Amino acid sequence: MTSLATLVPIALFMGLGSLATFFWALRKGQFEDLDGAANRILIDDELEEAS
Amino acid sequence: MNAALSIVDEPLTETVLIVPGMHCAGCMAKVERGLAKLPDVAYARVNLSARQVRVAHAPSLAMPELMSALETIGFASQPRLEEAKAAPSAVKPLLAPLAVAGFAAMNVMLMSVSIWSGADGATREMFHWISALIGVPAVAFAGRPFFSSAWSALKRGRTNMDVPITIGVTLATALSLYETMVGGTTAWFDGTLMLLLFLLAGRVLDATMRDRARSGVESLLRQAASGAMVVTPAGGLDWVSASDLVPGMLMRVAAGERLAADGEIVAGNTTLDQSLLTGESAPIAAAVGAAVHAGTLNIDAPVDVRVTATGKDTSLAEIARLMEVAGQSRSAYVRIADRASRYYAPAVHTLALASFIGWLLVGAGFYQSAVIAIAVLIITCPCAIGLAVPVAQVVACGALMRAGIMVKDGSALERLARIDRALIDKTGSLTLGCPVPDRAAISALSGEQAGIALGLASRSRHPLSRALTQTLTAAGVSPATLDDVTEVPGHGMQGHWNGVPVALRRPDSAGSIAVVLGIGSEPPKLIAFVDGLRPDARDALAALAGSGVESSILSGDNAAAVAEVARATGLTGQASASPTDKAAAINRLQNAGHRVLMVGDGLNDGPALAAADASIAPGTASDVGRQAADVVFLSDSLIALPRTVRAARRTMRVVRQNFALAIGYNVLAVPLAIMGHVTPLVAAVAMATSSILVIANSLRLVGAAE
Repeated sequence: MTSLATLVPIALFMGLGSLATFFWALRKGQFEDLDGAANRILIDDELEEAS
Repeated sequence: MNAALSIVDEPLTETVLIVPGMHCAGCMAKVERGLAKLPDVAYARVNLSARQVRVAHAPSLAMPELMSALETIGFASQPRLEEAKAAPSAVKPLLAPLAVAGFAAMNVMLMSVSIWSGADGATREMFHWISALIGVPAVAFAGRPFFSSAWSALKRGRTNMDVPITIGVTLATALSLYETMVGGTTAWFDGTLMLLLFLLAGRVLDATMRDRARSGVESLLRQAASGAMVVTPAGGLDWVSASDLVPGMLMRVAAGERLAADGEIVAGNTTLDQSLLTGESAPIAAAVGAAVHAGTLNIDAPVDVRVTATGKDTSLAEIARLMEVAGQSRSAYVRIADRASRYYAPAVHTLALASFIGWLLVGAGFYQSAVIAIAVLIITCPCAIGLAVPVAQVVACGALMRAGIMVKDGSALERLARIDRALIDKTGSLTLGCPVPDRAAISALSGEQAGIALGLASRSRHPLSRALTQTLTAAGVSPATLDDVTEVPGHGMQGHWNGVPVALRRPDSAGSIAVVLGIGSEPPKLIAFVDGLRPDARDALAALAGSGVESSILSGDNAAAVAEVARATGLTGQASASPTDKAAAINRLQNAGHRVLMVGDGLNDGPALAAADASIAPGTASDVGRQAADVVFLSDSLIALPRTVRAARRTMRVVRQNFALAIGYNVLAVPLAIMGHVTPLVAAVAMATSSILVIANSLRLVGAAE
């Protein structure tokens, strides 16, 4: 019973935390360009340093 | 990096440019680095989904400089007009409700699991209260898309899928809250939230598909820059976009360009290709004083045109009005999900009411009867029905998109699956829409002659010359070395080959489309041009006929030209059809009980595309054609036609199976619910199983476009 008193708030807190993170990401425009994000990983950026 | 530092104190201006040509990581890197290299640019950030680049730069840097910088690295770009801003995505407003529903459903489920496994007394009560605290606000927030849609349907005296969902969800939440307050044994917050979660997931998938297809079509539309070179009072030339043209302006239209507005020729003689407007493929001669229409292709020589009508006043506007009228019949189409709910919703409500009254009659208390009635309501609102249509359509549209076929709307697949008659425009739809040199004439040329022809043609931008260059280059001909080649506008190319005068000119008698190759005193060679059939046209039509769709030609071109194509394809045809005739032909077939597919590309097909039950346009079609059509295919091959129809039919088969699966679950679960035997656990397991079945069944459509 005492373990519940700890575990329930922890579970709720973690859930709320991820919900808040998702809303933050939504507002910051992380979902604006899903195709671009997928392709950006393929860009070589070594040339940038050379110049 | 230095560039950014040097201007760090100045306020930056942001400019958004549309770059339709970007499609991979390499393009993104080139565009971003190319722009960042400019001294006054702080940074450039590409949005690949929207095909746009956002540039932050010093105010001193003007738009044309950015555009020319992009031009030098090989990307055409256009400034983003305010009204051309991409339509707001349908996905975004659904993401937040989806996240909330997901969060709430998981946490409440956690509570429910411990209640099912035996939590009792004070613990159960506390868990119910926590569930209520999470559940009630979450239902209120995540359910909004359904509540508002149901409300707007009810206001108009109609019903849709969202009405039973709204009633079920609201009643279940209210009763669960009551249960919690009186310390009852069961609450249904978990089931309600799970239902919302799955339904929202279905909506998000549906919206994603529409967004993707629409952005594909929009980037196509943007590529067709419409505007004209305008002669300024000072005698210079300025590029003016079509929306900024006003009557009285003087447009200079080069050979190979399309007219951006209606007008009257004030200088120059030329021939015009009006096939986009009328479907007539033979070019028409036009001299000073002739009235010309927007959308016409200038073939021969540059002309100056005095603008007489622009935008809404052009002959295009007339076609647009026709389209508006024609499109109204289609808006009467009811989507299958709504058709299903038309029968489903009253059945569900009657059933719930009947079990309520039934239990009252057999002596159960008011409260117990209400609980059972609500269990029936919740159980008959399965997620699987919400997923049945969108998941299948998303998978099928994804498969079609990989094959270069873009479906603009999910209901298009439903309408396509039902067609049994196809009307196909000739110029640009059955044929490629641009003249190519006749194969027999090309093979009749000797190697030397072909070389000379290529040498002459490659230096001209005339459409016929370009077609000839393309064909000869593809045939492996290498150009002959020529001296002092000049282009005589309206006449052709001439030059010298080893001292012999050579010329590529237009034939003396302007009967068909052709060029004449003259070499010294040799007899001149006539190279005829034909508007070739699309590759695989015959196979495609045979495949269509094989799937029970009878096709015929519906063209604005003259009878002789239509007869020729009709012979080649074995179809019957109607010639010289005006835009109104085309729409009328479709109405006639529809009244005879047929479901008609229209395939067309030109402006003149616009009303017909809008009037037909479903419509397909090639990617090379006019803006109007692409906008009016449900489906746009990008390849040259006509095989996209039977492929789309087949995929649509397979999709509808899967949708029907999905409905059968979802309703089958109901047939099993509803009697249990009516008898009062359904525990929340059973409901949740049954719900998840039927949803997974529906998704797995829809995934079979991955190969639908093969």
